[in-house]
Amino acid sequence: MKIPIKYTLRNFKTRKLTTGITIAGIALVVFVFTAVLMMAYGVQKTLKATGSPDNVMIFRKAATSEISSIIGPDIQNIISTLPHIAKEPEGTPIISYEPVVVINLDKIGGGVSNITVRGVSPTISSLRKQVKIIKGRMFNWGMRELIVGQSIEQRFEGAQVGSYIKFAGDNWKIVGVFTTDGTGFDSEIWGDALQLLSAFNRGTTVSTVTLKLDDPSNYASFKSAFESDKRLNQFESQIEQEYFESQSKFMSAFISVLGIFVTIIFSLGAMIGAMITMYAAVANRTIEIGTLRSLGFSRRSILSAFLIESMFTSLIGGLIGIALASFLQFISISTLNYGSFADLTFSFAVSPAIILISLIFSAAMGFVGGFLPSVRAARMNIVNALRAA
Amino acid sequence: MKILKLIFKNSMRHKLRTSLTVLGIAIAVIAFGVLRTVVTAWYSGVDAANPNRLIVRQAVSFIFPLPYSYLEKIKQVPGVKQVTYANWFGGIYIDQSNFFARYGVDADTYFNVYNEYNIPPDELSTFKKERNSCILGSDLAKKYHLKIGDVMTLEGDIYPGTWELAVRGIYTPKYKTTDAMQMFFHWDYIDERMRVEMPGREGDVGWYVVLINNAANSGSISNQIDALFKNSPAETKTETEGTFQQGFIQSSSAIITSMNFISFVIIGIIMLVLGNTMIMSARERTREYAVLKTLGFSGKHLAGIIMGESLVISILGGLLGLLLTYPIVEGFSQFIPKGMFPVFEVKTITVVLAVSAALLVGIIAALFPMQRALRMKIVEGFRFVG
Repeated sequence: MKIPIKYTLRNFKTRKLTTGITIAGIALVVFVFTAVLMMAYGVQKTLKATGSPDNVMIFRKAATSEISSIIGPDIQNIISTLPHIAKEPEGTPIISYEPVVVINLDKIGGGVSNITVRGVSPTISSLRKQVKIIKGRMFNWGMRELIVGQSIEQRFEGAQVGSYIKFAGDNWKIVGVFTTDGTGFDSEIWGDALQLLSAFNRGTTVSTVTLKLDDPSNYASFKSAFESDKRLNQFESQIEQEYFESQSKFMSAFISVLGIFVTIIFSLGAMIGAMITMYAAVANRTIEIGTLRSLGFSRRSILSAFLIESMFTSLIGGLIGIALASFLQFISISTLNYGSFADLTFSFAVSPAIILISLIFSAAMGFVGGFLPSVRAARMNIVNALRAA
Repeated sequence: MKILKLIFKNSMRHKLRTSLTVLGIAIAVIAFGVLRTVVTAWYSGVDAANPNRLIVRQAVSFIFPLPYSYLEKIKQVPGVKQVTYANWFGGIYIDQSNFFARYGVDADTYFNVYNEYNIPPDELSTFKKERNSCILGSDLAKKYHLKIGDVMTLEGDIYPGTWELAVRGIYTPKYKTTDAMQMFFHWDYIDERMRVEMPGREGDVGWYVVLINNAANSGSISNQIDALFKNSPAETKTETEGTFQQGFIQSSSAIITSMNFISFVIIGIIMLVLGNTMIMSARERTREYAVLKTLGFSGKHLAGIIMGESLVISILGGLLGLLLTYPIVEGFSQFIPKGMFPVFEVKTITVVLAVSAALLVGIIAALFPMQRALRMKIVEGFRFVG
């Protein structure tokens, strides 16, 4: 026979303060746990969305980031002759030869950060279709004009339409703001590749080359053509989406390792809190337990009643923690991404998996914290329990 | 004295509960200590900075080079004692996961300006004579089991190609804050190859390091250097080494802010655990407090007893946590990639913060039950059923 759930619920009412404090403690722990998972996932999601699955990026094998990759004009020519490259209706292959550099800009409200500046080729509108101009216009080819990503416009001084950014001895006019709906490109500044190359005195040596495949399923055959060309053996090709996603690896691993380490320690604290509460609950209710036992409830149902109480407490705490953490989705933060050495803006992102993991985590805290006290309750001797003062 | 004895007896009445609470506080203090250590490790570069050194780099950003011709011009600025220069090499050693700093430096002057590396004089002079040699930090040599005479092969990205460098010296750090995970080789060697392999990139200097006579003049000297190259294609930005390091940290400020935030959430959690224990104990002892009051003890005495018990528990927990923090930080540092934080140790300020946090928690956790005990009327106390 089971002890009615009502009994458990009534107990919460009787010991409001203690139960409340335990719930608050667990809510705090789950909040931090969920927030950390959301942060790591946010970085990953932002960068994964940056690349397209049907684009291929080519870079120098030894390069740890786009800015340290170098591709000379001879190699660019070889790349353009590779098979399976998509073409514009009039026949131009869809390839963008991109110099990538970082420049320093002042943040609104103080501080300096590194911003990625990417030069792009005229086929860019077919290569990265997700780009939308939301203010002003696209830059003119052959002009010292730039368009800035949405999060750059919002966060940096002098990065608004109409202002000028000075670098490489020239003033570059900002003529538009673009968005890619929260991907990594929103943290970049784009201009005409040829203009940027001449300003930086780089001749025709770009950083990376990105091209569109005529069909994503042809990547394997593209890759084998790429790898069988001896002249390209210092270079590597990767699906653009995978490339950008791999840039999040270090950051999201760093956040996860640190965060999980901290939450494990936290959860020990919260479990101890739950344990103290449950031991006290058991001690205070010795006579009640004796009564329940003499009414015929088995040891097992006493055990499960107390375990349910403990898990219920921590689940409520967990739900509060998750609810609080989900508000973080409206916050976007920016930090230096060690994958690209440039500023990256991302939002905390929640996924069903994160909610599930957090709920399991809070239930587990309740189970572990409540187990020993519940065993003590279940093992009580009826006569002694009833006699307890 | 009697009161002290009562406090101790009280805290030992529920041995299980007290030890759980002490453990809970200890764990929170450990978490606090580890997080603060990570935060302070981030700033270790700033602590290691020498106020007499200025860094001159291109104003646009650190990835753009400066011309070699700036060297003589910077030397002429009054107050400048010595100038050296370096390049960031990048590249990979064996594979991408082996991250450590690789610099091309001016062999003749670099180690005069950076005197925090202890290099045996004979090793230094062999290094200076041999163009394709390198000097390694002691931690770096230990990690990859390298010794003098070994050849290291780097695959370049910024400076493409394969680079073979013979280890000719191993430095040991002079100070605790000195990074021993760096690799230095000849700027001349890079330049020589660039001249042949990538014409147009010869004479590129990553940044200049300026040693000045008096740190008080750093501001005016910086301005004078920047003024020299104003309106040229490569304008400079000169700042002290500390400010330069701080700039790097600032760009990760979001992460540091969140770690700071979390470390204070921890204190909140300890407060809840200890507060809960104190409230429960006081609740159970309501009748005893009524007895004490009847015997003539004032509310103040009761408050003192509760506060005392709370402090005993929090200090015990704080001390236990502090003792355990050291080995745990030591263990944690094994998991962090070497070279990410050159210095990873528990700072005095961390200890002070942790101890004061534990004390503060002890005081705050006692407030609520104290207030109850003070307000309680004797009759109500006797009537109370747990």
